[in-house]
Amino acid sequence: MTERIVIIGAGQAAVQAIATLRAEGFAGSLTVVGDEAFPPYQRPPLSKAYLSGAMDRERLFLKPDAFYAEAKCELILGVAATAIDRTARFVALADGRSLAYDKLLIATGSRVREIRVPGAKLPGVHYLRTIADVDALRPAFKTSKSIAIVGGGYIGLEVAAVARKYDLTVTVFEALDRVMARAVSPILSDFYERVHREAGVEFKLNTGVEAFEGGGKLEAVRAGGKSHPFDLALVGIGIMPNPGLAEAAGLSCQDGIIVDRFCATSDPAVFAAGDCTRHHGRDGNEIRLECVQNAIDQAKHAALAMVGKPTPYSEVPWFWSDQYDLKLQIAGLIQPGDVQVLRGDPAARKFAVFHLRDGVVAAVEAVNAAPEYIVGRKLIGEGARVAPERLADTAIPMKNIS
Amino acid sequence: MSKIKYVEHSGKEHEVDVPDGWSVMEGAVKNLIPGIDADCGGACACATCHVYVDAAFEDKIPAKSDMEETMLDFAQDLQPNSRLSCQIKVTPELNGLTVRMPKSQH
Ligand SMILES: Cc1cc2nc3c(=O)[nH]c(=O)nc-3n(C[C@H](O)[C@H](O)[C@H](O)COP(=O)(O)OP(=O)(O)OC[C@H]3O[C@@H](n4cnc5c(N)ncnc54)[C@H](O)[C@@H]3O)c2cc1C
Ligand code: FES
Repeated sequence: MTERIVIIGAGQAAVQAIATLRAEGFAGSLTVVGDEAFPPYQRPPLSKAYLSGAMDRERLFLKPDAFYAEAKCELILGVAATAIDRTARFVALADGRSLAYDKLLIATGSRVREIRVPGAKLPGVHYLRTIADVDALRPAFKTSKSIAIVGGGYIGLEVAAVARKYDLTVTVFEALDRVMARAVSPILSDFYERVHREAGVEFKLNTGVEAFEGGGKLEAVRAGGKSHPFDLALVGIGIMPNPGLAEAAGLSCQDGIIVDRFCATSDPAVFAAGDCTRHHGRDGNEIRLECVQNAIDQAKHAALAMVGKPTPYSEVPWFWSDQYDLKLQIAGLIQPGDVQVLRGDPAARKFAVFHLRDGVVAAVEAVNAAPEYIVGRKLIGEGARVAPERLADTAIPMKNIS
Repeated sequence: MSKIKYVEHSGKEHEVDVPDGWSVMEGAVKNLIPGIDADCGGACACATCHVYVDAAFEDKIPAKSDMEETMLDFAQDLQPNSRLSCQIKVTPELNGLTVRMPKSQH
């Protein structure tokens, strides 16, 4: 009997899994079920070129239709998986169908964290995760004068940069004392706050939003006990993994589906990859990553394990963000307590911050500084030790740093 | 639309029409031409879209940005005509361009 693999979720991880499964010789049947109306697409441009209008929708799709046909992969779109029966080994779908599997990959990604304050459902309050979200937001850009960005994370700041291009008045409300606090170090937070201020963005730090106000549509945002008039709001306060199905099926979950180094869940027939998972990172700590790299690499390792060629996942995480003329590239994971080494000058809009843990290069944050990023990523992978004085010395080219 | 010819490392050729405004990388990915991984989707962040461009076109393709130049520095099997294909925008001038793929993108 031919082996059957089912993938739940049609996103970045699913596409990689299809490619790797077939490249590694999986000859059985392959079915992907996704609840969005679209075939798998890239999310990063959603808050960048797609929002600004520089990229049309067709370019978002990760693969042409021929890819799925050639891979003999059935794509069931616009239908959610509603339950997993691990004993009988089938996935129930919202349209009443059920899909039998021998091995299952859960790649359900994540969803936006919703803000729970009065008025949060008013028209004019937007989120950004899907094509449909951008298609709703972009027309509003053209008819609005001001936007409140709720949450100063990288998605909020990318939207702020695009909104300035549209000449909207932009204010960022951030509950913490600095922007992108979960993703970058304080040096970077200060730098990005300054750049956005220079571009005309206003910041209200240490300020949580208390309510959205308006009769029938958004008219004001209540924060710090005052009402601030706005005709548009974008909420970007983080995401939550989608482990719901896995949890209901009794798989070990804790803020994400727990997977081992081979991307297997607590059921050896069930694997998981991407935003929906939690795993032990390279440093042994449990982490949940929300980035393209993790979706691609976990999907590769999951696929390898599914075809009986397990190899452990140990790639260095990497990530980027585009704001204005600035390309931020990050490799590795930052931790409080790391020794930070600045290389270059933030005022020149070209610099990097290296993070050393017990003398070993653990992470690099590079702004318009590709050599620092690329070499840094390599050093992190090798667990290299480099003297802080050398890293700080821009007279030594990155190529000769170690 | 411009015609772009992609040559795999094995020598296998693919000639396809790519819409102007797209990148040379997108032309390959959307036509299922193997040999370009493009993990970052064209953000100049992964260097897995390395190609060698036809000498006849070197003058017609806009120069590399600093970012592309330095990202490329770390690609495998670098040659003087190496480029990151996600950074080459297809224009009518590039009609007839040939790009060759390196042995590996990693
Ligand atoms: C606006 C934005 C900007 C981003 N920018 C960057 C960036 O610059 N760099 C970077 O590295 N990362 C970025 N990311 C993150 C990156 O896009 C994600 O990490 C990546 O998409 C994760 O891939 P995935 O396959 O795990 O999930 P996804 O690509 O989200 O795919 C999961 C799919 O599963 C579907 N699904 C969920 N539950 C079910 C169900 N029960 N049944 C059927 N289908 C289901 C979902 O609807 C979704 O379509 C960005 C994300 C967003 C939203
Ligand atoms: S696609 Fe990633 S650098 Fe070109």
